Amino acid sequence: HTITLPKPEISGPGLQMSLIRGTDLFGYIGIEAVLDQMRSKTMKAGFEFNIMVVGQSGLGKSTLVNTLFKSKVSRKSCTPNYEEKISKTVKLQTVSHVIEENGVKMKLTVIDTPGFGDQINNDNCWEPIVKYVNEQYEKYLREELHINRKRVIPDSRVHCCIYFLPATGHRLRPIDVEFMKRLGKIVSIVPVIAKADTLTIEERQEFKERIRQDLVDNGIHVYPQKEYDEDPEERILNNSIRESIPFAVVGTDKEHQVNGNKVLGRKTNWGIIEVENVAHCEFANLRDLLIRSHLQDLKDVTHNIHYETYRVRRLNESNMNFSEPGPLTMSVF
Amino acid sequence: MASSDVARQPDKGARPLSLAGHVGFDSLPDQLVNKSICQGFCFNILCIGETGIGKSTLMDTLFNTNFENFESSHFEPQVKLRAQTYDLQESNVRLRLTVVNTVGFGDQMNKQESYQPVVDYIDRQFESYLQEELKIKRSLHNYHDSRVHACLYFISPSGHSLKSLDLVTMKKLDSKVNIIPVIAKADTISKSELHKFKIKIMSELVSNGVQIYQFPLDDETVAKVNTTMNGHLPFAVVGSTEEVSVGNKMVKARQYPWGVVQVENENHCDFVKLREMLICVNMEDLREQTHTRHYELYRRCKLEEMGFKDTGPECKPVSLQQTYEAKRQEFLVELQKREDEMRQMFVQRVKEKESELKEAERDLQGRFEQLKRLHADEKAALEEKKRLLDDDQSSFSKRRAAAQLLQAQSLTANGKKDKDRKKTNSLKIDA
Repeated sequence: HTITLPKPEISGPGLQMSLIRGTDLFGYIGIEAVLDQMRSKTMKAGFEFNIMVVGQSGLGKSTLVNTLFKSKVSRKSCTPNYEEKISKTVKLQTVSHVIEENGVKMKLTVIDTPGFGDQINNDNCWEPIVKYVNEQYEKYLREELHINRKRVIPDSRVHCCIYFLPATGHRLRPIDVEFMKRLGKIVSIVPVIAKADTLTIEERQEFKERIRQDLVDNGIHVYPQKEYDEDPEERILNNSIRESIPFAVVGTDKEHQVNGNKVLGRKTNWGIIEVENVAHCEFANLRDLLIRSHLQDLKDVTHNIHYETYRVRRLNESNMNFSEPGPLTMSVF
Repeated sequence: MASSDVARQPDKGARPLSLAGHVGFDSLPDQLVNKSICQGFCFNILCIGETGIGKSTLMDTLFNTNFENFESSHFEPQVKLRAQTYDLQESNVRLRLTVVNTVGFGDQMNKQESYQPVVDYIDRQFESYLQEELKIKRSLHNYHDSRVHACLYFISPSGHSLKSLDLVTMKKLDSKVNIIPVIAKADTISKSELHKFKIKIMSELVSNGVQIYQFPLDDETVAKVNTTMNGHLPFAVVGSTEEVSVGNKMVKARQYPWGVVQVENENHCDFVKLREMLICVNMEDLREQTHTRHYELYRRCKLEEMGFKDTGPECKPVSLQQTYEAKRQEFLVELQKREDEMRQMFVQRVKEKESELKEAERDLQGRFEQLKRLHADEKAALEEKKRLLDDDQSSFSKRRAAAQLLQAQSLTANGKKDKDRKKTNSLKIDA
């Protein structure tokens, strides 16, 4: 199987290259130990993950995030004297926690967007969010361009944005379309149907189909984006995900007894909705997608694609205009 | 309109939180490793050593394969480097290995510049990465990383001390690459001599301030083995791809009349230690050090050389872009100036040429006028002559007409034929 090239000449000072593929190894060397080395290094360094939740008040954003990470990570749960009130403007608020599981440390930052979609006039309510996302890219870019750089550049970029759709059962509303159209270009959006326990299974399917159709009609690309599939295997996996989004979720932090087991669920007069039961709702699918299988991919897509897109635009822009525009001008488009 | 406000928790660090159940992000390292497997790994080794010291054989032994090797002559006029890239695969790990060998190192009479091609090669790889990183449209995660991750420096087994060439070369390279010194052809040194040799080498390196690669001690899982190994540096190695039967096994060894030196026997040489350290334990760390230490140093020096700074003259932070823009403006102004100069010069030349041409034109015009006059004169003269000729002709034809008339008159006046005939004849003769 060795394909050898003709003997290369040493021409001139310097070097020459030859490429030989499929060289037979006559024995075990131990190259695969590099995987363990990598594993232990990353475990030591820890991971960062920044997740943004967007949706009107009362859709269960905080509860869902708490359920996802099985701890009180949302802003609501850790702000003392938290008062539920509708804020007059869209204010983004972040909360960071360090959580650990089996030796893997993760710094989780939850970015909340209270006030979104709550006003009477919601024109341009996405602007503060767009500005925030671009500001994080800008911050990272500045650090990256320093002469004396930090060993590890702190990453505050939004890796994933969960967008909550109310379970109307009909279609996407104008605010949904406008938001996802704009944000879908700069961040990975994962739309979910919130409080899905008001929909029957059939209603849920129809609703999802209509939403998928609306997304296509409006040219909105949500995660996982088709263009970024790297190989056929990934495409197959992602296609099956694309056919089942948006996930219909129910969140809770209360446990109940069902058949002798303690399960997370919502208790009602007509039964207990088991959150982690895939027959009841798709919470487990969402959790698996976000955390167990695609978390690293979300970060990679943010770093390799969204960030690079921002960087290209930004560097091209400052070539044309000396006085640096900031994320402000970038946000209005 | 909506305003934006980002409120953060007062403490910069994040608070620790305990989980109420299994979330599942402990699969993160596996997710990361899987992605790396898909992409494959790059590893680049540079071997520096005199011709014939055993660099290629050691590489073959280390990677259990037969790379294409060429025997070099001892008569190279200057040091060159030969790089060869191979795609190796072990179970599901794909490794793109590049082995760079020096050719002709230590062979020249004057070895003062011997280290330069090596330094240049290493810098070129850093430069190439830097260029890619500074591009506007870049693809770093697809980039074939050619930066040198490990440098094996082959020391001759003299048994005494390092050569001055060794010290000079290693000193030049220690801030650019991870140096791992090895004693080559260690089967020519006895055990006691070897021990003294190693101590001598290490003390010389320390006293000359050469920083060789230290196996990392910060990770508990490998700290212990790394500490032990650090004490065995430099590794005394023997390379061989030939197999000799020892007992009932075939092992890689060198057969001498007095015995068999087994490559993988730790009592005979440190080959196994080298392989352990280089590949099984520290490959990732070598790559990381290259990227975070040596490359960053190169980048910093290069950018500062080009005039970029992090802080301006008043110690205000200046971004790379601003400096770049300022330089660009400078350059454009310079360009404009040169353009103007050129334009002026061009205009000047044109003016000169124009006046020259005008001169010539005037000359020609003058000549033309002159010729025209001459021509007019000649024409006038000719006209005059023609007129005279015409006059002559017309007077002649008048006379002829008159004569003919006279003849006719005399015919009718006298009826005498003879006289007429005579007259006619005489007229005829006259006419």
